[in-house]
Amino acid sequence: MALILLIMVWELASKLFSIQEWLLPAPSSIGQEAIAGWGDYKHHLGATIQLSMMGFVIGSSVGIIVAVCLHLMSVLREALYPLLIISQNIPIIILAPLLVVWFGFGILPKIIVITLVCFFPITIAALDGFRQTSGELKHYMEMAGANKRQIFCKLEWPHALSSLFSGLKIAATYSVMGAVISEWLGASEGMGYYMTLASSSFRTDRVFVAILFIVTLSLLFFTLLSYAERKVVKAPAQQED
Amino acid sequence: MGKLEVQNLMKSFGSNQVLHQLSFSIQDGEFVSILGPSGSGKSTLFNLIGGIMKPDRGSIHLNDRDITGLRGNISYMPQAPSLFPWRTVLQNVLLGEEIAHGKVDEEQARAMIMKAGLEGYEDAYPHELSGGMKQRVSFLRSMKSPQSLLCLDEPFSALDEFTRAEMQKWLLSIWEQHRRSILFVTHNIEEALFLSDRIIVLSQKPAAIKKELVIPFVRPRDEELVLSNAFLEYKTQLYYELRE
Repeated sequence: MALILLIMVWELASKLFSIQEWLLPAPSSIGQEAIAGWGDYKHHLGATIQLSMMGFVIGSSVGIIVAVCLHLMSVLREALYPLLIISQNIPIIILAPLLVVWFGFGILPKIIVITLVCFFPITIAALDGFRQTSGELKHYMEMAGANKRQIFCKLEWPHALSSLFSGLKIAATYSVMGAVISEWLGASEGMGYYMTLASSSFRTDRVFVAILFIVTLSLLFFTLLSYAERKVVKAPAQQED
Repeated sequence: MGKLEVQNLMKSFGSNQVLHQLSFSIQDGEFVSILGPSGSGKSTLFNLIGGIMKPDRGSIHLNDRDITGLRGNISYMPQAPSLFPWRTVLQNVLLGEEIAHGKVDEEQARAMIMKAGLEGYEDAYPHELSGGMKQRVSFLRSMKSPQSLLCLDEPFSALDEFTRAEMQKWLLSIWEQHRRSILFVTHNIEEALFLSDRIIVLSQKPAAIKKELVIPFVRPRDEELVLSNAFLEYKTQLYYELRE
C-alpha cells in the first residue's frame, strides 16, 4: 500500500512541478522504458542473473565450509575470526578495482567480489547456530556415547540449519548487489554495466529500470530461499526447557 | 547381561567434595533406585557412569569390564525429554541405536511405539506431544539403545502427579517385558518404593551411601500397593532416613 501511495505521489509531483526527465523521470515513463527497452537490456539482465547465482552458490559454499572448519577446529577459530571481520571492513568498492588489476576482466575477480560479500553473513550465522546448540541435547549425545562427528552431523548441523538459512537469505540479496558492483568496474554486459552506460548518458529512466530489476531480483532470490527453508527446516526452531 | 559394579568412587570439584567412597552394585535385570536429596551429586554420579567425567579415585565395571571414563556403554534417559525437535517420534526413538552402531531396526521401533500407546504418533514432531508423551518417547529411545544398563535421571520429576503415577505404571509394564538392568535416580520416596527392587539412600554432600534397602513387593505391582500398610512402613522409614 505504502509503495503504491509513494509511486502515486511521485507521479503526480513530477507532472505538477514538471521535473525534467534526466533529473527524476516519472514512474510512468520508467514503465514505458522498461517495456520499450526490453530487447536492449534483456541479455544484460540474463548475465547478471547468471553471475549473481554463480557467485551466490560459490560464496555460500565457501561460507559454509569456513564455518564448519572454524567450528570443528577451535584453534583455527581463534586465529581466523579477527581476519574474517577485517575482510568485511575493507570497502569492496576499493578492493574491486584492485582485483581487476590482479585477475583481469574475466569472471574470476567478479566471483571473488561476490564471494567476499556473501560468505560473511553465512559464516557468522552458521557459527552462531553451531554454538547455540542446546546443552541439554549435547549432554544426551555425550552420555549416549556419540563421537564428535556424530554430535556434529546429528545435532549441531541440523540445529544450525535455521540460522544458516537466515545467513543464506541475507547473502542472496547481497549477491545481486555484489554482482552489480563487480559489473560496474569492468564488464561488457550485465545490469551494472547497463547502469553505468545509462547514467553517463543521462538516461535516468534506464537507471531506474535497472534499479527496478535489481530490487526485483533480490526479492526473488529471497523468496526462493524462504521457500527452500520451509522445505528443509522441518521443525520450528523453538527451545525446549 | 547387565551387571554394574561401582567401587570406592570419589569425586571433588576443587575443594568441594561431591562423592565420597561410593560403592554399590546392580545385578542383571535388577531395578535399583538411588534416593537422595536434591543436589546430592546424583547427576555427577551419572556423568561418571556415562564416562563423560573421570572419577578422582575408584572404578566402574560393567559386566566385569572396566568402563571408568569410557563412553557409550550405558543407555541414558535424562531429566528433560531432550528430544530432537527436527526428528519425528520414530526418528527420535531410533537415535540411541543410531549412535551405538549406525544400523537401525525400524520395524521393532514401530512395534515398540505401538505397544507404548503412541500409535499414530510415529511421524509427529516433539512439539506436538504432551509432556508425558515426550517422556515416553525419551524412555523408548533409551530402551531401544542396545546397551545392557539403563540409567534414568529423575525422568518424571517435571510431570504433574497424575501423569507421574501413570508413567510409573507404564514404565513398569514396559520394563517387565524386557527386564533390563535399571539404575533410577530420584528424590521422590514413593516413586522409588513403587518401582525398585532395591533402594540406595544417599546422604547430603558429600554423597555417601547411608542405607541400602531391599524392597520385597512382588511383581507385577499394582497401583494400590502405595496404599498398603507395608508400603507405608517403608515410606516412613525412608522419610526419617532422608531427614536426618
